[in-house]
Amino acid sequence: MTVRQAHQERVRTGDHFINGDVACAEGALAAGCGLFAGYPITPSTEIAEHLARRLPEVGGTFVQMEDELGSMAAVLGASWAGARAMTATSGPGFSLMQENIGWGVLTETPCVVVDVQRPGPSTGLPTQTSQSDVMQAKWGSHGDYEPVAYAPASPQEMFDLTVLAFNTADRLRIPVFIMADEAVGHITERVRIPAAEALPSSSRPRPTDAPGNGFLPFKAGPGLVPPMAHAGEGYHIHITGLTHTERGYPTNSAEVHDRLVRRLSDKVLRRADELTLVERVWLDDAQVAVVAYGGTARSARQAVRIARERGVRAGLLRLITLWPFPGAAIAQLGLQTRLVVAESNLGQVAREAERYTAGQVYRVTHAGGHLLPPEPILEAILERA
Amino acid sequence: MTRQEVRLAGFGGQGIILAGYLLGKAAALYGGQHAVLTQVYGPEARGSACNADVMLSDSPIDFPEVRHPSIMAVMSQEAAESFLPSLVGDGTLLFDSDLVQLDWPGRRFGVPATSIADQLGRRIVANMVMLGFLSATTGLVPPEALEEAIRTTVRAHTIELNLRAFEAGYTRGTAA
Amino acid sequence: MSEIVTTTHPTDPLLRAERLPHIWCPGCGIGSVTACYMSALAESGLPLDQCVVVSGIGCTGRVAGYVNLDSFHTTHGRAIAFATGVKLANPRLQVTVFSGDGDLFAIGGNHFLHAVRRNTDLLVVCVNNFNYAMTGGQAGPTTPRHSFTTTTPRGATDQPFNLQHLAAALGVVYSARWTALHLRQLKTSFSQALQLHGFRFVEVLSPCPVGFGKANDLGEGIEEMEFYRAQGVVDRRISPAEALIEMSKSTPLPLGVFVDPERQGNGQAGPAKGADGVVGR
Repeated sequence: MTVRQAHQERVRTGDHFINGDVACAEGALAAGCGLFAGYPITPSTEIAEHLARRLPEVGGTFVQMEDELGSMAAVLGASWAGARAMTATSGPGFSLMQENIGWGVLTETPCVVVDVQRPGPSTGLPTQTSQSDVMQAKWGSHGDYEPVAYAPASPQEMFDLTVLAFNTADRLRIPVFIMADEAVGHITERVRIPAAEALPSSSRPRPTDAPGNGFLPFKAGPGLVPPMAHAGEGYHIHITGLTHTERGYPTNSAEVHDRLVRRLSDKVLRRADELTLVERVWLDDAQVAVVAYGGTARSARQAVRIARERGVRAGLLRLITLWPFPGAAIAQLGLQTRLVVAESNLGQVAREAERYTAGQVYRVTHAGGHLLPPEPILEAILERA
Repeated sequence: MTRQEVRLAGFGGQGIILAGYLLGKAAALYGGQHAVLTQVYGPEARGSACNADVMLSDSPIDFPEVRHPSIMAVMSQEAAESFLPSLVGDGTLLFDSDLVQLDWPGRRFGVPATSIADQLGRRIVANMVMLGFLSATTGLVPPEALEEAIRTTVRAHTIELNLRAFEAGYTRGTAA
Repeated sequence: MSEIVTTTHPTDPLLRAERLPHIWCPGCGIGSVTACYMSALAESGLPLDQCVVVSGIGCTGRVAGYVNLDSFHTTHGRAIAFATGVKLANPRLQVTVFSGDGDLFAIGGNHFLHAVRRNTDLLVVCVNNFNYAMTGGQAGPTTPRHSFTTTTPRGATDQPFNLQHLAAALGVVYSARWTALHLRQLKTSFSQALQLHGFRFVEVLSPCPVGFGKANDLGEGIEEMEFYRAQGVVDRRISPAEALIEMSKSTPLPLGVFVDPERQGNGQAGPAKGADGVVGR
């Protein structure tokens, strides 16, 4: 098949009217994604379709794998070959990716995984919206680890947070998750793509010594993120999903294992303050604060606005980062206000929020299938006011 | 804050989603408004009832779903019957008079979009006729913005035909 | 044990000497196969800095840990998919997958099928020892019928894969089968495969005295090697379909090159697909 030569622009600077999935794909392109490996699944498929068209135009590679196990594995391989790499999926595919996500955590492989959530368990409601994979993002793979996960609330944020996810992934050498939901993936809005030079950018730490000088691929400095040498650069790295020494070789040592797993967690947790993004809306004098994220945060904002119009001092804490969990922000808020958590699952963030507050958190939940509307959230605000 | 909820409905293959997309794009990129397009995703195929929902506002839009449209344009009898109950009581109904027969006590405007499109040579542009008609009868989005959206969206060799269809609908609307 | 050889072996720089001795059991063939591959690679003229080995999980999965190349020990079954990502992201790399029969053809079987379908530019080496050895000798996808393993205590009942038939039917560019005894022929096959592009497959039968040989009266590794010598047949008239392995003293053990650019095992003309049947390259 003939392939058009790379002649299109990577960063489509300007205003676009596109849906969240397409905005995510454009974010990947703008961030310099070199390879996308994926498997079609509603409601994320438009990301793959858009990149199948666009990546070859800018010199990148699109590959449709045979399943999500292979997609995730190919993304990890591409990352070690030096590419910024991404996959996109939904709940069932996210489940299949979990083992390789764990490999990515232990081997410190930067990559981006987009989960456009739909209601589960199992095949559930394939074309509808949900936020029920929040805990899967935290605990999906076996073993202890600390993920970074973002929850976009608009097509604009699908773009912005995808760029950020690539930067965070490279900076910390971790898989980073975009925990989108169908509602945000499928609504179409204006997306403003900045000039290429205005995009934030950070890169992987890289070795400073030439090959042959005893490079230790897992020796981390004070920042806890070791420099990453790629395949083909002469370092003859060995990378394994077994617990490994700083040299990268397998070991059975419990001490090495404990030290390694703690470092992998600490490199994220020590940066929790900078990684944990929230938006505070009308919180200064709020008596009742709604905690919401993703598509549901749009309903929550509307509910809060209506409550304000009715004279109720309501506010919104919108979680942009889900992991590391913005516990500090919630703890502080819990001291001043009564909390309502609204989400499209049966209380995954609410339960986490309760770990940071003395009082019980009021829950507005729905298992998914439609975007949680403003009315039940408004009702909860009025009840708690 | 002024907010308008618009629902376009017809059957799959009529270009309903494209019409909704153009309405939203014109408002958001060329009309200085905020706009959200939502579609219902389901296993339905070509030929069954479908709709595109557009919310327009002069301020940022939070909850994006159209639940109580005040303007509805229907291009098939089945769509009219399924979606008419969602139109608010004093809402405006636009319909393709070639394909839809119905009673609506409020404001209603019919346009023979399909036969106008046929006269232009391609039935497929009936959606553009309806879009022009909608622009003229409701004043929601200025025609210049919609024409710009058409020019920047449809394939190059179809721009002229689409614009002619749009203008034909617009002209009908100004006379309605 | 005073007769340890202390001089440097020609393949020493090709292996991670600091990791030796390796973990493989006495009598196992994986070490010989690894050394054979590395010596073919060294003689190939390919720049070693551009050569990558990817392994899955299992005894053969540990090959990646001993070769002095950029090497990846991935998750169980996913070596080919991982290697696909490496190759597509940097097509200058020569990527070889080294793994076992269980990893490549049971848990990872689907990736083999689709990598061949895409004609991904990979060399896949399967060390076939007829069982899951690292977990202690369970039945796998190539366990011959009637063989005893810890999960087939009454003898295996399922039809095993004939890997040469499978590879040929899928349309690989190159496919060969040797044993860990036939190191000269194996090295030639590695050399041939390294010069070709597209999906190439080399199967190496290896003794597994602990996991398979003992339970099936094949004896120690050396005795299983003797079995290979006695039963091994190289006959170009044997088609891939006829190359089933029965591991019995009354049946031949078909070996050789079953598919190469001159001899398409599936009866079709030479490879029609470009390497990397992927958009963008």
